[in-house]
Amino acid sequence: MSDRAAVLDRPLRAVPLAFRERSLVQLTLVRFREFWREPEAIFWVFIFPILLTAGLGIAFRSGPAQALPIGVTDDGLAAVLQAEPSLSVRRLDARTAEDQLRLGRIHLLVTPEAGGGVRLRYDDTNPESRTAGLLVERALQRAAGVRDRVPVTAEIAREPGSRYIDFVVPGLLGMNLMGSGMWGVGFAIVDARRKRLLKRLVASPMSRAEYLLSFLLSRLVLLLLEVTALVGFGVLAFGVPVNGPVWQLALLCVLASLCFSALGLLIASRTRTIEAASGWMNFVMLPMWVFSGVFFSYERFPEAFHPFIRLLPLTAAIDALRANMLQGAGLEQVAPEVAVMGGWLGLSFFAALALFRWR
Amino acid sequence: MPAHSPKLALRVEGLRKTYKDVVAVDGVDLAVQAGECFGLLGPNGAGKTTTIEICEGLLEPDAGVVEVLGLSWRNSARQLRQRLGVQLQDTQLSEKLTVEETVRLFRSFYHRGLAVEDVIALMQLEEKRKARLSALSGGQRQRLAMACALVGDPELLFLDEPTTGLDPQARRQLWELIDALKREGRTIVLTTHYMEEAERLCDRVAIMDYGRIIALGTPAELIASIGGGHVVEFSVDGGGAGLDPGELAALEGVRSVRRNNGRYELQVTDWHRAVPCLLAAMVQRRIPVSELRTHSATLEDVFVTLTGRHLRDE
Ligand SMILES: Nc1ncnc2c1ncn2[C@@H]1O[C@H](COP(=O)(O)OP(=O)(O)OP(=O)(O)O)[C@@H](O)[C@H]1O
Ligand SMILES: [Mg+2]
Repeated sequence: MSDRAAVLDRPLRAVPLAFRERSLVQLTLVRFREFWREPEAIFWVFIFPILLTAGLGIAFRSGPAQALPIGVTDDGLAAVLQAEPSLSVRRLDARTAEDQLRLGRIHLLVTPEAGGGVRLRYDDTNPESRTAGLLVERALQRAAGVRDRVPVTAEIAREPGSRYIDFVVPGLLGMNLMGSGMWGVGFAIVDARRKRLLKRLVASPMSRAEYLLSFLLSRLVLLLLEVTALVGFGVLAFGVPVNGPVWQLALLCVLASLCFSALGLLIASRTRTIEAASGWMNFVMLPMWVFSGVFFSYERFPEAFHPFIRLLPLTAAIDALRANMLQGAGLEQVAPEVAVMGGWLGLSFFAALALFRWR
Repeated sequence: MPAHSPKLALRVEGLRKTYKDVVAVDGVDLAVQAGECFGLLGPNGAGKTTTIEICEGLLEPDAGVVEVLGLSWRNSARQLRQRLGVQLQDTQLSEKLTVEETVRLFRSFYHRGLAVEDVIALMQLEEKRKARLSALSGGQRQRLAMACALVGDPELLFLDEPTTGLDPQARRQLWELIDALKREGRTIVLTTHYMEEAERLCDRVAIMDYGRIIALGTPAELIASIGGGHVVEFSVDGGGAGLDPGELAALEGVRSVRRNNGRYELQVTDWHRAVPCLLAAMVQRRIPVSELRTHSATLEDVFVTLTGRHLRDE
C-alpha cells in the first residue's frame, strides 16, 4: 500500500513518448498480438494450407501410371487381356460384374458375344472407361493378328511444372491470400465495432488513418510469412517451380492481399455482427472458390462464362501467380490480371472509406 | 497538472436529441465549473448516456449548443480529444491484450500524458499488469477503463456509470480512486443511478428524468429543497386499508405522505417528534405497525418527491 500512497501523494507528471510508444507502432503491435494469441487463426492461416498441399500432392502424385480395372466374364478373354500391362483384369460372374460396373469398381465390362464377337459395356462420359475401351479393343485386335501400319514411339514426360501439384499450389496460395486478407481485416473491425471498442478508440485522439494503416502493415508482415511457408513447402516437398522473378511474385502477392483486404474492409464498413460479416464473406468468397480455378481450370466452364470469371479478383490473382511460377511470365504478361486486381482494390477501398462507420 | 481556468469546463444549452420515436434528451442546460465533480443522476433510460456522449463529441445533437473547455466540437475536435478523458458505458477492450499493453496503447494516442506505470499504480492494477483482460474481474475492468481515460492527463474526465454492476466493496474502492482524481483538481462529469454515489462523490448533481433536468444543485441544496429533515418509513399489517393518508399528513411535523406498495413514507422535519405522534395515532386506531424505519433525507427522496417513482426498481 505504501507504493500506492507514494503515487497518490506525488502529482502525476506528463512524460514524452519514445518511438516504440508511437501510436502506429502500438496499433500494429496490437494487431500482431491479437493474431499470435489466437491459436485457431495460426492454424487456418499457416498450417491448414500446408496440410492441404501435402494431401493433394500425395493424392495426385505422378507415379507409374495405374492399371485400369476391368471386368471379364470369360476365361479365354481374360487370359488374352491379362497380357496388356495397362489393364487390371478381374474374372467375374455376370451378376457381380454388373454390380461392380455400377459401383465404379471396374471401368468397363467385357462379355463374349455369339459368333466370336465381344461386347464392351462402359460409360463413355468417363475418360478412364473410354481409355480402357480403346486398350481392350487394341489388345483383342493384336491378339487376333492385326498389325500396326504406322510405327509409333511414346515418350513419357513428367516434368515439374506440368503436374497437378504445380497447378494447385498457386491456386491454394491465391485462396489463402483471399481468406487471410478478407478475414484478417474484416473480422477484427466488425469485432471492435460490436464490442464498442471502435467507438472508444474514436473518443480518444487516435488517428483513424493510422488505425487502418496498422492493418495494412501487419498484413504485409504476416503475408511474407504466409507466402514463404506455403510456397517454401511446395518447393521443398514437391519441387514446385518458381520460374518467374521472385520480387515480381512478391509484388503480385502484395497486390492480391491488398485487394482482398480492401474487400474485407468494405464488408466490415457497416456490419455490426460477426454473423452478418460471415454471411457477406461467404457470399463473396464462395463463387470464387468455385469459379476461379483453385483446384481445376475454369476452362471447364462454358466459354460464355470466361470473361466474367476472369473479372473475379481471385481468378486474376491465381492466373497471375500461375503465370509467374509455372511459365516464368514477367509483369508485362500479366498486365490484365494486375489491372483487374488494381481495379478491385481501388473500387473497394474508396467504397469502404465512403461507407465506413466508426460507431 | 490540469490548468485551473476561471472558465467553464462544460457548457450545454438547449440540448435535444431524438431517436426515431424516443426523445432521449429534451432541452438540457448544464454548466460545469473547472475543478468540479458534476453528477448526472437518473433512472435507466433518462438520457444520461446520450447527453454525455454528445458532450464527448460522439453523437450529433439535433439542436443545442455544446462548449467543452471553451471550444466547440465543430472547430476544435482534434484539440479537444487530446484534452479529454472518456470512459464509455459498455466498452469491451481487447481480451487478448494485457493490462499494461492496453494502457500503453491508449497512452500512445496522446501528445502528452502520464507514465503508464503511474496510471497502473494509481488504479491499483499493479498485480494485474501482465494479466490478459480475459482474466480480470468486473471491478478490475472498470479500473482499467478508468486508467485508459486518465492516461492522457485529461483536464476534463467523462465517466459514464463507472460503478454499475460492481459489488459494494469494488464500488467503494472506485469511489476512493475518484476522490484521488478530485484532489488532483481534475474536472469530472459522471453519470450514475446510485444516489449514494452521487451524494458521496459529486459537488453538484443534476437529476435527470425522461430527457429533462428536473433538479440541479449541491446534494445538500437538493435535499434541503424538499425540506431536508428525515423520512419515516413504515408498513402496517393488512396493508392499512383503513388508513387515510390525509390523517397522516395532519400529524405534527409531517410534511408529505406517500404510499408505495402498502408502505408509507412520511417526510418529517424532526423524527423525534413525528414518530411518537405517529405511533400514538396508530395505537388509537388499533392499526398494528410493522417495520418502522427512519433515515435522513437523501437524493433518492428528492427523486421520489419530484417524480413519485424510485430511481431503481428494487
Ligand atoms: N441508438 C439508439 N437508438 C434508439 N433509441 C436509443 C438509442 N440510444 C438510446 N436510445 C433511447 O434513448 C433513451 C435514453 O437513453 P440513454 O442511453 O441516454 O439513457 P441512460 O440514462 O444512459 O440509461 P442507462 O442508465 O440505462 O444507461 C432511452 O429511452 C433509450 O431507449
Ligand atoms: Mg447510460
